[in-house]
Formats: sequence, C-alpha cells, structure tokens
Amino acid sequence: MAVVMTPKKACAVNPLKMSQPIGGAFAFMGLRGAMPLLHGAQGCTSFGLTLFVRHFKEAVPLQTTAMTEVTTVLGGYENLEQAILNIFNRAKPKIIGICSTGVTETNGDDVDAYIKLIREKHPQLARLPLVYVSTPDFKDAFQDGWQKAVTRMVEVLVEAPAVEALRDPARVNVLPGCHLTPGDIDELRAILEDFGLQPSFLPDLAGSLDGHVPDEFTPTTIGGIGVDEVAVMGRAGWTIAIGSQMRRAAEAMQAKTGVPFRVFERLCGLLPNDEFIAFLSEISGRPVPSKYRRQRGQLADAMLDTHFHIGGRRLAIGAEPDLLFDLSSMLNDMGVQVIAAVTTTDSAVLERVASEEVLIGDLEDLEELAESKGCDLLITHSHGRQAAARLKIPFYRAGFPIFDRLGAAHHKSVGYRGARDLIFAIANLVIEDREQNRKPTPDTWRKSNLPSTPYQRGFSDRTERHIA
Amino acid sequence: MSSLPATVRDIFNEPGCAKNGSKPENERRKGCTKQLQPGIAAGGCAFDGAKIALQPFTDVAHLVHGPIACEGNSWDNRGAASSGSDLWRTGFTTDMNETDVVFGGEKRLSRAIKEIIDKRDPSAIFVYQTCVPAMIGDDIDAVCKAATRKFGKPVIPVNSPGFVGSKNLGTKLAGEALLEHVIGTQEPDNITPYDINLIGEYNLSGELWQVKPLFDELGIRILSCISGDGKYREVASSHRARAAMMVCSRSMINVARKMKERYEIPFFEGSFYGIQDSSDALREIARLLVERGAPGHLIERTEALIAREEARAWAAIEPYKPRFKGKKALLITGGVKSWSVVAALREAGLELVGTSVKKSTEEDKERIKELTGQDAHMIEDMPPREMYKMLKDAKADMMLSGGKSQFVALKAATPWLDINQERSHAYMGYAGMVKLVEEIDRSLFNPMWEQLRRPAPWNALARAMAQVHSPAAPSISDPAIDERARRAKKICACNTVDLGTIEDAICSHGLTSVEAVKQHTKAIGGCCKRRIEDILQSSPRPVLQAAE
Repeated sequence: MAVVMTPKKACAVNPLKMSQPIGGAFAFMGLRGAMPLLHGAQGCTSFGLTLFVRHFKEAVPLQTTAMTEVTTVLGGYENLEQAILNIFNRAKPKIIGICSTGVTETNGDDVDAYIKLIREKHPQLARLPLVYVSTPDFKDAFQDGWQKAVTRMVEVLVEAPAVEALRDPARVNVLPGCHLTPGDIDELRAILEDFGLQPSFLPDLAGSLDGHVPDEFTPTTIGGIGVDEVAVMGRAGWTIAIGSQMRRAAEAMQAKTGVPFRVFERLCGLLPNDEFIAFLSEISGRPVPSKYRRQRGQLADAMLDTHFHIGGRRLAIGAEPDLLFDLSSMLNDMGVQVIAAVTTTDSAVLERVASEEVLIGDLEDLEELAESKGCDLLITHSHGRQAAARLKIPFYRAGFPIFDRLGAAHHKSVGYRGARDLIFAIANLVIEDREQNRKPTPDTWRKSNLPSTPYQRGFSDRTERHIA
Repeated sequence: MSSLPATVRDIFNEPGCAKNGSKPENERRKGCTKQLQPGIAAGGCAFDGAKIALQPFTDVAHLVHGPIACEGNSWDNRGAASSGSDLWRTGFTTDMNETDVVFGGEKRLSRAIKEIIDKRDPSAIFVYQTCVPAMIGDDIDAVCKAATRKFGKPVIPVNSPGFVGSKNLGTKLAGEALLEHVIGTQEPDNITPYDINLIGEYNLSGELWQVKPLFDELGIRILSCISGDGKYREVASSHRARAAMMVCSRSMINVARKMKERYEIPFFEGSFYGIQDSSDALREIARLLVERGAPGHLIERTEALIAREEARAWAAIEPYKPRFKGKKALLITGGVKSWSVVAALREAGLELVGTSVKKSTEEDKERIKELTGQDAHMIEDMPPREMYKMLKDAKADMMLSGGKSQFVALKAATPWLDINQERSHAYMGYAGMVKLVEEIDRSLFNPMWEQLRRPAPWNALARAMAQVHSPAAPSISDPAIDERARRAKKICACNTVDLGTIEDAICSHGLTSVEAVKQHTKAIGGCCKRRIEDILQSSPRPVLQAAE
C-alpha cells in the first residue's frame, strides 16, 4: 500500500509532467482525417507540436486558434470561428477536436456555447463533428487530457443503438490509455483477431502515428479510426478498457449503449496477460491459439533468463500513473524493489503501487530519491537523461516523450511478447552497465563490502556475482 | 520602466530595421509580424522567442512563471552547447495550479526564486512571464525587484508572454530585458582593444566553436556572446566591447542598435554561414577594431588567415563540385539565414530551385537575387502539400529546411537536411561549410533513395497484370491509336522528347543507362531522369538481351 504524497515545493524542477491540452490533442490524433485544435495562443500548439514531432518523427496535425492579448480580452469566439472555418476549407477534415488551454480557461471562454453559435451561423459545418473538451493547463496532466478527450468522443460520436438492434458478439471496443504505443495497439489488434474478434480501437494511434510513407500529403491525420466506425461502437459485444484512466470512457460507453466493459489495469507481465487471454477465450468462445501458448512459454523463459539481472534491483521510476503502475508492478513481480516512484497526477491505482510512497512531483524529486536511496535502475521518459547521466545507473526510457532515441512508436510492453521484449531490453541495459562501469578491480573487495545501511546495494550485487 | 505595450510599440518602431523603415506609417503601427491566422498559423509564440534568445546563457537559472504547458512541454529541447555549467538545461517552472490562478501567483513565484537560490546559487535568475499570469495581473517586475534586493542577486524579469506576438517579437523583448536590466551593470576584469560582442549567436550544436579558434588565433576576444555559451557576468559587462557583430540577422537588432547609441559600440550584420560570408565577417571585425584603436597589423594578419582558411576549405570542397553539378536544392527556412545559406550552397555548386523569403526583408531578397541570378524562385509562402508535390515530381533533388517540414521531404523519398535550431551538426565558418557539403553529399548519394522510390512488389505486380489484361479489356478504340497516344507522352518536357523516341533508342541501341539515353536522344536527363530510369527498368527483357 503506497502513500500518495503531494509536492511542497513552489518551484517544479525538471518537470516530469506535460500539460493536459496536448494529452487531449494526442487522443484526437487517433481518429482518421482529424485536426486537433488547441484554443489558445500559438505557442501552446507550437510546443506540443514540436514534442510530438520529436517523439514520433512524423508530420503531426495540430492547429491553433492563435489567441492574442487583444482577442483574449475580447473573448475567443471569433478566433475559434475563424480557425474552424479555415481548417474546414483548407484541410477538409472529417472531424475537429478542440481542447481549451490555460489562456482561454482563465478567460472563461464558453466554448460549448461558441460552437452552438458557429453551427447556427455556418450551416455548411452541419456534417462536420466538432468535439470539445475542457483541458485547462493549470489542472491535471497529460493522461487526464487524454482520458477526458476519449470520454467526450464516446459521448459525442458514439450513437445510441436502436432498441431492437442486435449486438455483434464478435465486435469488441478497445479503449487504450495514452501509455500504449502504436506498437502496443498493433499487438493487441493481432491478439484479438487471432481469437476471431473484430476490435475497434478508440483512439487508434497505430493507424496514424506508426510511421508510414503515404502516397499523398494530407494536413490531417492519415490513419486512425473513422468517425463512422466510432458511431457504431454501440453494437459491440464488449468494451475492453486498458489502464485505469479509461474507466470513465468505458462507463460512458456503457451508459450510452449498454455495452458491458472490463478494465484491464495492466497488460504487461505474466499474470495480467493470463487474465487477458482467458477473458478473450471466454468472450470469443474459442480455445487459446497455440501461438499464445508458445508465447507464454517464451515469456516464462525470458523471466528465468533475466531475473538474475533484474531481481533485487532498486528501481526509481517516473511516469504517468497507469504506466507507472503497469511497469513497476511487472518488475516488482520479478523481484525488483520499487524504491522511488514519482508521478504526475492523482489516480486510483497509485495506492496499489508496490512501493512505500508515490510522490506527485518532478524529475528533481526522482533524482534526489534515487540518489539518497541508492537506486540502481531508472525508468522514465527522455527528460530523465540528464538525471541518468549524473546518477550513472542504467536508464530505460519509457513513456512520452522519447526524443533522443529512435523507434519509440514501436516499443511494446503488452501481451506475453511485449513483456518478454521489455525485460530483455532492461536486463541488457543492466548487463551493459555492469560491463562498462562495474568491472571488478583488485581493490573492489579490499574494504568490507558488507552493507552497512539497508540502502546499499546488497541483493542485486550478490546475484550478479554468481553468474558473472 | 516602461509598460509592456509601450515596449512592444517601441520595438515595432525599430529604426535599425530596413524592412520596418520601408513601410508606410500606418502599416508600421501594426507591427512587424503578419496578423496571426487562426487555424492556419504555425510557429512559436513570444515566450518561445524570448526563451530561445536567452536560454543559451549557461550559468543562469531560467524560471518560467506559468502553468505546466509553457515549460513542461518544451524544456531541454534545444541544441545549444555549453563549455561550463549545465544549469541552463535544468527546467524551472512555478507550475501554476488552479489556486494560483484564482488568488494570484506572485507568492509562489517569490518562493520559487528563493528555492532556486537556496539550492543552486546561480549567477542570476531570469524570470519569464507567460500568458496566464499576465492575464491575472501577476507583477513579475515587482517580484523580481524585491527578490534582487532581498537576495543580492540579479533576478531579471523577461516580460514576453506568448500571446503578445510571434517568436521574433519575443526575441526582441528578451533583448529589451537585457538592455534594461543586465547590460552595463558590471565591469569586466580587464579590457583589450580586441574585445568584441557577438549578438544573436546561440552556439547551436557548438557551432560557435567552429569560428572561435580563428578569433583566438587573431587574438580577438569574444567579450560576450549573446547568448551562445554565454555567462551572466560577460553579458553584464558587454558594454565595454570595441565592436559588435550581429550574427543572426535581425533577431536582436534592437540590442545592437541601442548598444551603439548608449555605449558607442559600432556593429555590422554578418554571417558565418558560407566561405565568402565568413571571410567578409572576419574582415569587417578587424576593420572595426582597427578603427576603434587596435593595431593596424590586425588587418594583415586577418587577411593572411582568411587566405589560408579559404584555400583549405576550397580544396576540401573541390572534389564535391562535379558530384553536385546539376543537383537542385529547395531551401525552406526563416528569412534570417536564407541568403547566407543560399550563398553557401552556391559555393558548393548546387543549383537552387527555390528559397523561402517569407520572413526576409527587401534587402534580403535583393541579396538572394544577386546570388542566384534573376531566375531565382522566391517562395513567399508554400503550403506543405505543394512542397510535397514539387519534390515528388522531382523538381528538386533535395530539401534543406527546419525540423517541422522535414517529413514533407522524407515522405516524398527526397534527401533532406536540417538547417534549423534542432539540427545535430554544426555548419559555421570554414570548417562548418565543409561539413555542410559533406552532409549534403552523404544525403544526396545515399543508395537508399533508389530502393525507397521503387514500387512495392504488389504494386509492381498489379501494374504488370494491368498491362497483360488491358488488350483483352473491351475496347472500342483502335489499338494502334492507343499505342500512338502512349508513345506520344512527353518524357522530357524541356526538350520535348516523347516516350516513343526514348523506347526506340533503348530498343535499337540496347541502352541501359540514363547517360546513354541522353547521348542518343535530345532528352536532358535532369528533371526527367527518374522517368527515364523507370522506362529503362520496364523495358522488356528480351530487347535488352537481344541488344547484348
């Protein structure tokens, strides 16, 4: 049982957190033909855009209502109207997703009312879905923006099925949290299809941000789930929500369409996947394909091979709640001690993190904790690179953004196979660190190396020496 | 102390800016940026610009007062390099929450300043204002003033909230903060007749260090670089320099001009991109320093160094020139550097099919015209879709631009080189020019492009199937007419050579390369090179075998 601590500092140093509006915009990027629009100053969009481009190495659609000091004073109606019309005329989107920002929330812009007015004034927009989500910068974090946007998509875009309409048990809605990569989504799609199920992912980043070379250059998203497909999600047999953050969206789906849901808080590791695969077998009425029986064996074997290196490690992890919970639990299952856990925003899963406390804080907090408590494995996003260099411990990059290494979109952690690859990658970092930085010398054991405080590395070193 | 709107007005009245001076009075009042268009706008805000301009000061704590978006989404994302402190790369923000928005964020800001001084003891703190605290009326000037008094350490307000305008305006507002609070507040330990300031040079990828050895050799001291690898003390005492060079075109022209007015430091605008520009810049620095009292032999020593460095650079570039002959480049970048990069590319022997002049002044455009001849294609504003089409149609062999438009080129399977702030290579001075040429060569002649441009097997198969099936398809037209129409298709538009002529040449002479086709027909093989390659590839095997 972890205690959730909130910060006492006035100054956040080396932020772990990113803002809510770009989390919301990120969700809209998983819709086909979409143009996410931040209602704020142009910098709000520009910073977010740069961040996405650096992470995905892809062209990313993201627009701005370009609020200025004057328009902020007057209210943002005209800017929003112009932005929607300009996007409609130039980019010809299938949907525009609008997120508010700190500027327009401080101002108190009533965007819902604006949209109503804009629709009255411009009948040509009648068939263009406009989904608005309120995401002030000064509240919550990236993950919250994502889940709020998906919830709004369900509320606005999914049609309530007619009473007599039949459900198709083969169709399954999947609501992935923002901690899943396009690679994860593709993996899940393959798994579900192997059970004869037809999944609809909302949002589907695998279609839009998986790195592809299209024939045409379009200003909107290219792949992703179509608005028409979202509309009929109410006919599915089940909704699977991945990550605790998606519970609200799944509930909204059930409230609107009656589709029952199941939340999988974790999909990394042996037991969570056993549960997941058993569930798929149950709802599809099919036996588990032999492929997954073999993959389970591979994961079990990978755990055997890697536990020498991973077991006993003292982990410092900084991530958004669902990713933090998933990865730290998986590693804890393999004997890792979760010593320092820092996250961005409150969540129901935090108190179940396998550590004494979870701090809602920044990377300075994480670095200080890792240093003072002698952690020897660091997991966070790319902004942890400076801390990692100072701490001189193995650093596994996870989450968003990863801008200083390539292939972030294809990292997998879900499924037996994703967990297998993840623990191999972490174990290899540990091995590399040992080879490069911890070679024994004639003086290594001259002084007593018995742990004098409980915080010194004990267990992991002993384990390693046996196999070294 | 003047209010922010007054400062902005003052900047828009910049007499040192040629573009501004050429505008009629009523337009000048609107400011130097085009009105931002909601839904079409791209680019950073004024806060972004201020941060770009000042963040390279390495021993300063840069504290962003605002909600998480402004710093959380953007920190540690620039490639400036430091020879000392890493403090500038640390992200500090007040991360304002809802309570701060309701009750004001000044208290939190004061506490944040104290925390930073207690923990890091920086040379100075720069406090950046952002939109939300500006809206709720947080007075950062007052907070900074109080903190400076309390801690005996410079705490400098940078009043450039994002919504006042563009990145460019923000850079100038950052300059105003330096002028008002920093420059001239300290004295250098010693002064020499060889002291210069570099203004608007950010040491991206460490490129300042590509020219610094040249200064060192000449005995010229960079008293202060604003702001690449800069230190607070250096900029605070920069008013004692003898001359200044404005490096990044006009982004900080207000600093250069006001330093001239206040401290009589003459300045010139120059660039270290390209061989000729580097030489001109060195000459100008030497001339200004001698004018201000440096010994006259500096000029001769400078000339000798230029001669040596130019010879070295030309020798290194020479082997590339024949390889670049006829290669066409498209240059999309901010006006600041377009003419200097144009000059650099011309020196390497590349042909320019277009360069963006969106942010350039009339003077810039004149320079580009001079450099490229009358036919230079100046692009005011090109939507990505058109850029993509231009590249896909092989109207350019390569694109050089900033990171945001890279995918336009890459997705068209066209070589691309990053020449903006996120780039990972340094391109300044003579060494940098050689590096740029090397990088262009590596990119242009990568064998990968050819593979990437080939159709996927299923597409190739589909095309072959279509060919097989098309005669059988119900057609009321005469096959002979169809064939004539097919053969009449223009392949080389410049010299009007049709498909039939090329096919016949390939068939009767057994040609296998574009070069050979060029010899046997009037085809130029420039923009039509790829089309000819396709024809060569699709020519039926037996013909080729028969020719062998």
